[in-house]
Amino acid sequence: MASDHGVVPSSGSAPVLPERPAGTAVISPDAIQNPGFPPERERVTDKDPAKAKRAERVVVSLFLLSIIGSVLAIAAYIAFPIHEGDLMSVRLNTLFFGLGVALALLAIGLGAVHWSKALMQGHDLVEYRHETRGSDATRARAVEIFQQANEESGFGRRKLLRNTLIGALAVSPLPAVVLLRDLAPAEDPVPLLKHTMWDEGVRLVLDPTGTPIRAADVTLGSAFHVIPEGLNEMHHGRLEEKAKAAVLLMRLKPEDLQVSPGREDWNYDGIVAYSKICTHVGCPVALYEQQTHHLLCPCHQSQFDIKREAAVIFGPAKRPLPQLPITVDDEGYLVARSDFTEPVGPSFWEREL
Amino acid sequence: MSTSTVTPPQPRTKQPNGTRFVNWASNYIDERTSISGAVKELGRKIFPDHWSFMLGEVALYSFIVILLSGTFLTLFFQASMAEVEYEGAYVPLKGVEMSVAMASTLDISFEIRGGLLMRQIHHWAALLFVASIGLHMLRVFFTGAFRKPRELNWVVGFILFILAMAEGFTGYSLPDDLLSGNGLRIIDGMVKGIPLIGTWISYLLFGGEFPGTDIVGRLYMLHIMVLPALVIAAIGIHMVLLIVNKHTQFAAPGRTNENVVGTPILPVFAAKAGGFFFLVFGVITLIAATVTINPIWNYGPYDPSPISAGTQPDWYIGFADGALRLIPPGWEFTIPWFTGGALTVSMNILVPIIVLGLFIVVVMFYPFFESWLTGDKREHHIADRPRNAPTRTAIGAAGVTFYAALWAAASSDLIATHFKLAVEHVTWGIQAMAVLGPFVAYWVTKRICLGLQKKDREIALHGYESGRIVRMPGGEYIEVHKPLSEYERWRLVSYTDYKPLMVRPNAEGKIGFWENVRGALSRWFFEDRIAPVTQKELESGHGHH
Repeated sequence: MASDHGVVPSSGSAPVLPERPAGTAVISPDAIQNPGFPPERERVTDKDPAKAKRAERVVVSLFLLSIIGSVLAIAAYIAFPIHEGDLMSVRLNTLFFGLGVALALLAIGLGAVHWSKALMQGHDLVEYRHETRGSDATRARAVEIFQQANEESGFGRRKLLRNTLIGALAVSPLPAVVLLRDLAPAEDPVPLLKHTMWDEGVRLVLDPTGTPIRAADVTLGSAFHVIPEGLNEMHHGRLEEKAKAAVLLMRLKPEDLQVSPGREDWNYDGIVAYSKICTHVGCPVALYEQQTHHLLCPCHQSQFDIKREAAVIFGPAKRPLPQLPITVDDEGYLVARSDFTEPVGPSFWEREL
Repeated sequence: MSTSTVTPPQPRTKQPNGTRFVNWASNYIDERTSISGAVKELGRKIFPDHWSFMLGEVALYSFIVILLSGTFLTLFFQASMAEVEYEGAYVPLKGVEMSVAMASTLDISFEIRGGLLMRQIHHWAALLFVASIGLHMLRVFFTGAFRKPRELNWVVGFILFILAMAEGFTGYSLPDDLLSGNGLRIIDGMVKGIPLIGTWISYLLFGGEFPGTDIVGRLYMLHIMVLPALVIAAIGIHMVLLIVNKHTQFAAPGRTNENVVGTPILPVFAAKAGGFFFLVFGVITLIAATVTINPIWNYGPYDPSPISAGTQPDWYIGFADGALRLIPPGWEFTIPWFTGGALTVSMNILVPIIVLGLFIVVVMFYPFFESWLTGDKREHHIADRPRNAPTRTAIGAAGVTFYAALWAAASSDLIATHFKLAVEHVTWGIQAMAVLGPFVAYWVTKRICLGLQKKDREIALHGYESGRIVRMPGGEYIEVHKPLSEYERWRLVSYTDYKPLMVRPNAEGKIGFWENVRGALSRWFFEDRIAPVTQKELESGHGHH
């Protein structure tokens, strides 16, 4: 097969690749020699024309089946419309349109593969490899071209010219880097990360309804998801504020709480509020174990002990959840005494605490 | 319709219309593109056959499916985080505030015919894309197909693996649902944990404080433009190098390091591979038509406060999430700063980032390490059987075990609930597995490989057990061993064998530091080698039975 560019039927002798250093490889003079190609085995479709005919019929049927699949898919698109609000109609549309398309595709695939395996000429062919590198002459010519270019341009000779070019090229992307500054607003992020919406007198309200919470309604053992009053009414930056201000409210027996000096008036009769944002990477620490008073973060399983001021008892977090100092106002509703006294959420370099 | 004025019309019996059209078209195109040269070069290129060579094909074809389904999705998806009140067809979420991104994803799912199917095809194909790349890489690693001249293509393939994961992550963050929002929250927390620049990187990435209103649009730009362009470019390089290097093949009679035996691109390989594309596409469609994936309507829109228990990232992000979970408590400290404050260093975030980074670097540069160790500068086109490179295979098994431990850690809570264990115990168990598991896997794998090599030797020398027991005249029972044919034997005896490096002084009579290191590593690698059977052994071995 002269037209086959180095491809020959399994016979003929291979070219020998040039010797390269073999390192620590063991090259045994007594190695067993490659026995060469085993005799070809014919397929049933090679030996028996009836079998070949049958294979052809199978492939044709598959291709016809594919056409049927495509038609079925189009029919399903029309026959199973989506009715607003009817989930079953979505399900049927997805299922039957999908099944039609899948049939069309699978039948083409099976047909083509079967055709290639059973009917196309099946003998292995051999192609010789050549070393990947260019021939010595090609490489020499490449080197020559570079030398010539170097000489004609003076790239290596005029060093100042070359070096200033390299310098200019190195500096030229800097404006593009500077250009990215306005990806974020002009203000410094650090102060933003250190403050939340909470402030003296801000009422604790339920997330998401916004209902204020009476201290008397917080029964022993209960836990409320809490946001600051006014958050729901925000039009800009609502989620950003919520991502810092979300709080969990729990009531324990006052004698169960370990209170450190300076925090004596941060709880109200055993009602404590802690930031819900994990001090690890910021997931909401939303799972409260009523019996043990442990909070669990579902993302990375950090656990915090509410009895011990949300100290970390397990998991990758280091710092306790920040506590929100609370009290009640004249009407008996829970309010914050101040903002958090430290930044909430994940650690960052400029945290300073 | 009309006949050319130059070529005289030919009788229909000699050249059917079809042939005439093909001739005309081929000539037209070739005269303008010289494409016949490409056909001549590539048309009969030989591809060897082995089931494991299809893994890379699965990756390529699932990527095409991703492009097709993704293009459809861009017709409807709106990458905006503007808040709207949902008024679409999905009743349980009616009236809920959500971003336009989430609302348009719900519209695709519940109002566009075939939209949900396309979303699910896109997502399933993405999962398959990363999975098949991973398996393809394991195949290449364990068969040593990364050896010269394919080291660079290994690196290109590895970059593709990283790009595929980036594509996946940016993609599943787009709907702005609760699950993906929490994924972004974790990314935000990790970025903030990077010393010095973390706070600012997060601030710039999100266009302000987390979550901001920019991130979906920015990820969308990366997801449908920058990353696909890089993936396509890397696939292009990967394919060109594949053609230049030609494919590896497994040892078999007649196959040598100097030839490649298999089927030509035209017609057999093209038919098989083309058919296989439709099979991959068909299977993805079948799964997508029948199995729900990423039902964002169950999660609801992103809100920083709620979360569901048992949240899981897509599978390929699991190892990174698991690495975060495995850090024991307390890995964070502050360093005093002269302004009076302190700077926070979050080792609980830095250690996972550094360990994963190192893992990636080690995998990416492994080919260069092995090539330095052996000093072998020859080209290798015969794929190793994993047992014939026991130390490499054992290293690979150790790496897989480490990855598996991190991956399992991402499901520590689900493992705990399914098997009714305490999550603490599961975490401690997986911590031990991540640290000790690789060593155990290394040792066990190496012993298994050496055992298999010995068995191969035994079979090559003495034949295989026939199961026929014969009683000798003296009363002794023996089992008859049947010798192998020389073709069967070749597979067992033809592999490259290395011996440990003998460190020798250089011209100045000194042994350099790195040469000593290389010698030690080489001993570790090749000390326990089982040499292939030689001709002499074979001839003397025959007499025994």
